[in-house]
Amino acid sequence: MAVCIAVIAKENYPLYIRSVPTQNELKFHYTVHTSLDVVEEKISAVGKSLGDQRELYLGLLYPTEDYKMFRKLHNSFTDVMCNPFHNPGDTIQSKAFDGIVSGMMVQTG
Amino acid sequence: MSVPVRMADEAPFQFLHNEVIHYIYKSAENGETENGKNITKLENMGFRVGQGLIERLTKDTARFKDELDIMKFICKDFWTCVFKKQIDNLRTNHQGIYVLQDNKFRLLSQLSAGKQYLEHAPKYLAFTCGLVRGALSNLGVKSIVTAEVSVMPACKTHITCPSSDQRHSHKD
Repeated sequence: MAVCIAVIAKENYPLYIRSVPTQNELKFHYTVHTSLDVVEEKISAVGKSLGDQRELYLGLLYPTEDYKMFRKLHNSFTDVMCNPFHNPGDTIQSKAFDGIVSGMMVQTG
Repeated sequence: MSVPVRMADEAPFQFLHNEVIHYIYKSAENGETENGKNITKLENMGFRVGQGLIERLTKDTARFKDELDIMKFICKDFWTCVFKKQIDNLRTNHQGIYVLQDNKFRLLSQLSAGKQYLEHAPKYLAFTCGLVRGALSNLGVKSIVTAEVSVMPACKTHITCPSSDQRHSHKD
């Protein structure tokens, strides 16, 4: 289960970010930002090794993630992109996307 | 999982494409027919469609090794998805310029194969140029895409990727 889910555009700004409401939401936002550095590291590493890991999913950045979750998220992201009323680069405001994300977040009372 | 080819049939898309061109030229402001604005509108439409289409197509494919890999994908899978055939010839100078040759471009094949409609051919290429540019854009490649027709129905698409000529200059 996720505590925070974010979709980052290729220009490095968030298209969508949601976290479980706790006191340190800001901490999650910072974590998302720092994880971008890890992603970049992994990508440049992959460029050097001979095309071994060519998956879109870069594997566990830190050992708490789930591949199935990523697939579901990527699929709903693709659906959002194909929505003719959505302009790429805008924040994501789709209810369906929200629904999928809620299903993945940690449930708090 | 293979690339889904369950896209709508070719004929409806071709008819729709022709109607779009017709409509845009009919509703041009002062009835000017050779207006750059119309071509731009068509290209922008293609751009948005290309963005969405490439997201769907590359959902399950492996990460691309380099720019040439991306171009090969465009020539094979992408072109097959949209036009039911592959690009016939891909040439590059390995410095960011690619020329894609389609000897029987589907969107021109319904027009007469002689010189009669050669001057109108650019209208039929604008959407496709945008399509390619949009697809590349969402793969992280900024490009300029133009197309030319010298002999109907063969079409050459020129893709220029400016950032590939320079040596890794990071502009933030």
